[in-house]
Amino acid sequence: MSASDLLKNGPTVVGVGLKGFVDDLKAQGAEAVAVDWRPPATTDPAVLDASDRLTNGQLGSRVDRANQKALEKMLAADPVLIDVRPAGELIESLGDHKILHAGPPIEWPDMCGPMQGAICGAIVLEGWAKDLAAAERLAESGKIEFEPNHHHATVGPMTGMTTQSMPLMVVENRAFGNRAYCAINEGLGKVMRFGGNDDSVLDRLRWLESTLGPLMADALLANEGVGLKNIIARGLSMGDEMHQRNVACTSLILRELAPAIARVTDGDTASEVLKFMAGNDQFFLNIAMVMGKSIMDPVRDIDQSSVVTAMARNGTRFGIRVSGCGDRWFVADVEMPRGLYFPGFTEKDANPDMGDSTIVETIGLGGFAMAASPAVAGFVGAGSAADAIAYTNRMIEITVGRNPEWTIPAMEFAGVPTAIDVRSVVNTGITPTINTGIAHREPGIGQVGAGVVNAPLSCFEQACVALAEQSS
Amino acid sequence: MSVIVNEVRKGFYLDSVALMRMSADIAASDGVDDAVMMIGTPSNKQIMADAGLLNEEGERAGANDLVIALRADSDGDANRAIAKAKKSLEGGTLKSAGNSVQPPTLASACEQLPEANLALVSTPGSYATREAKAALRQGLNVMIFSDNVSLADEVELKQQAERDGLLVMGPDCGTAIIGGRALAFANAVPQGNTAVIAASGTGLQEFSVLLSRMGGGIRHAIGVGGRDLSDDVGAISTLMAIDLLAADPLVEQIVLISKPPGQATASRVFDKLAASGRAAIACVFGYDASSLPAEVAYAGTLKGAAELAVNAALPGNDTPTAQSLAAKLAPARKSICGLYTGGTLCTEAQIVMQQAGLSVTSNAPTPAAVADAAHEIIDLGADEYTVGKPHPMIEPAVRTPSLQAAMTNNDVAVVLIDLVLGYGAHANPAQVVAEALTDASVERPVVIASVCGTAGDPQPLQEQIAILQDAGVIVCACNADAAQLATDIAQLKSA
Repeated sequence: MSASDLLKNGPTVVGVGLKGFVDDLKAQGAEAVAVDWRPPATTDPAVLDASDRLTNGQLGSRVDRANQKALEKMLAADPVLIDVRPAGELIESLGDHKILHAGPPIEWPDMCGPMQGAICGAIVLEGWAKDLAAAERLAESGKIEFEPNHHHATVGPMTGMTTQSMPLMVVENRAFGNRAYCAINEGLGKVMRFGGNDDSVLDRLRWLESTLGPLMADALLANEGVGLKNIIARGLSMGDEMHQRNVACTSLILRELAPAIARVTDGDTASEVLKFMAGNDQFFLNIAMVMGKSIMDPVRDIDQSSVVTAMARNGTRFGIRVSGCGDRWFVADVEMPRGLYFPGFTEKDANPDMGDSTIVETIGLGGFAMAASPAVAGFVGAGSAADAIAYTNRMIEITVGRNPEWTIPAMEFAGVPTAIDVRSVVNTGITPTINTGIAHREPGIGQVGAGVVNAPLSCFEQACVALAEQSS
Repeated sequence: MSVIVNEVRKGFYLDSVALMRMSADIAASDGVDDAVMMIGTPSNKQIMADAGLLNEEGERAGANDLVIALRADSDGDANRAIAKAKKSLEGGTLKSAGNSVQPPTLASACEQLPEANLALVSTPGSYATREAKAALRQGLNVMIFSDNVSLADEVELKQQAERDGLLVMGPDCGTAIIGGRALAFANAVPQGNTAVIAASGTGLQEFSVLLSRMGGGIRHAIGVGGRDLSDDVGAISTLMAIDLLAADPLVEQIVLISKPPGQATASRVFDKLAASGRAAIACVFGYDASSLPAEVAYAGTLKGAAELAVNAALPGNDTPTAQSLAAKLAPARKSICGLYTGGTLCTEAQIVMQQAGLSVTSNAPTPAAVADAAHEIIDLGADEYTVGKPHPMIEPAVRTPSLQAAMTNNDVAVVLIDLVLGYGAHANPAQVVAEALTDASVERPVVIASVCGTAGDPQPLQEQIAILQDAGVIVCACNADAAQLATDIAQLKSA
């Protein structure tokens, strides 16, 4: 609106600050709206200066354009679940004595209880030690190499264990030709992703390796893969947000795979496998995650883009990566989730936030799509459907755009907020909302609750400063 | 002759109820006979075929694809309808249920109010620049009410706005009236054909109030901030405002209210004003009138500017004479203590006193002010008083300690004050003053006030005047009259 429009049409006003001025204008019959203004959460002048530089002027326009490109790449993605293969076949450098884990880089002494428990279990599973005690000594000795899943086009929920023998699901992003990997969801209860490592945990992993993995691979081959974008679109309209609630998408993928599974194996095995998948409402979570990784990897390395390409937690620290800063991690201490606990557990039992599953929020689902999933909003203490919409509306403030193919019926089919902009996070002080399960802080006990957690502001502040330095 | 057009969007799913709603909308378009959007399942394709809407393009769609199919009168109608259908699929821009909620950011406020054309920024000064920049990015003109914004930031903002064809009013812009709407601190004055450009708030308010009392009215009043006419800023906003007002056919005269401009800036401003094709009045305090172009008339006070604008004299109030007031004061009482909430009113008072030959001290000095004079005029709205505190026009109790000190000072002959009414101002400033005064039955300084307000203001003028008069305050018709009466008393006391 040019200055002459202002004089010609009279003022239509956005008030930033004293609300009384807006009330006065309304009393005079003018159209006006008051911003719910509050001082920026960031107080460090260096951070504010960096986000100002990245927001304004020519640099601001360049960042805007780079972010638009990032958003376009995300929206153009065509993720298809195509295969299941042993990790060692897919990830060249993944051999003996190497374990991939969730979150940013971390070494043994800094790992939380569940992560250490899972590591010990994985060592025994791979046969590098005969029992858990020997496994712990081996891990402590420094002879095990630890690396983040994210460094190998891979993601994993909670502890996120990936070792050479584990079967990984493969998603190909057909728009860009890249592939991403994730292990198969083990189900609920005592499982390795929550630090479980006893015989029952290891036996189930061996069954995934020997039976479910190969069968899923055959079924996918017979189906020529399963396109995932449409499953997500349908799942959103059926009440899933793909982080805490995956019951609809699990059913949808089962519907796609069941005929092929029945064809490629005998009746008993088919029944066993289908029963396992159907008995775990979160079976689809790992598929949503690997899809997310396949969508985000082509977005890495767009010069000057401030779009977040990964958010991940290792149970000790929270890390993010930003497109314009390539593979660099910006880390801060991870926060404690707020939520509801299973009977017999309290927040005293909770482990800090953990897992690569935040890739789901990175692509606009999970906490960002809360409005699609009032049931989840209720679970995390936001009672009404309107509260759920408020969660999604807040995320709109920190994203570059919306995904017209993934829409939310309760919001007049508005698209999910997509492509987190670190500048907007710093400028508004609104940090990404993450829907998450809560692990027990001791290994092997498993999930004790579910809730929401926010990404730490500091990660986004550091990224702003780094991107601004790099661009000056 | 009708045409059938199908378009397929690969790998696109949307709930069928949503698609039916959109389809109905497309089918109702001009020149469209029938239209449907459906996922290309075999059963859906059959429905479309039965309706005579499917062609070989749509026939090829799979169960994961969306088909837009329509029959229209012409290719042009069909293309327009297809474009409309595709646009409706972009959906993504809608945001629901949030509209009843206060938007957390300026950007989302603009989504709620897409026709917004002005941001009114009144955050603490240290945040105002960021918000103003955000507003300019949204393509909004900006009024910065906030003070304590650095000169460098002001220059950067105004230069950016100038490049974008946007107007920045302020910083420290307390008031504006655009198309009859009062913004921030402004009085309810009638619309008319006089336009005002003012460096600061209360000058504009006093002028508009006095103008309206004499039957005039305001078309627009644009605040530009106290530093705009300095050489550092170079009058960016003032020059733009003159152009804007000169382009408005309803503007008959333009009045500029300001401190003297910077030397390098003055001629550019006055030449543009002279060339505006409108009657022009410059109310530039303490300026050498002879250096103005012939087309620009000079006024030395706000009262003088208002009288010039309507070509009439402002009727005075029926107040006691200076002689009668001076006679009641103890011999030691000689000085004037001015306690102002309005910055430009503070300046005008100094000018009136200086023109009568009094020397004046002030924290907001005019060029003729001196240090350590007997008479002191204080601007309580100056930055040094308002960091972390409300402005005295919002909270007049800020003035109470100074007022009480002056009332009990045996050297003070006259306490000179202003009251500013209107939108944004305190609901009852007269009451706050009345409560701060000492007992009128005991010997005390004369209290002289002017009230900048109109009968239409939220705090009705006559009620405010009555409260002051009941407390023994002498109420003059305008600030210049009040300063003149105080000056007359001081001169009698020192004679």
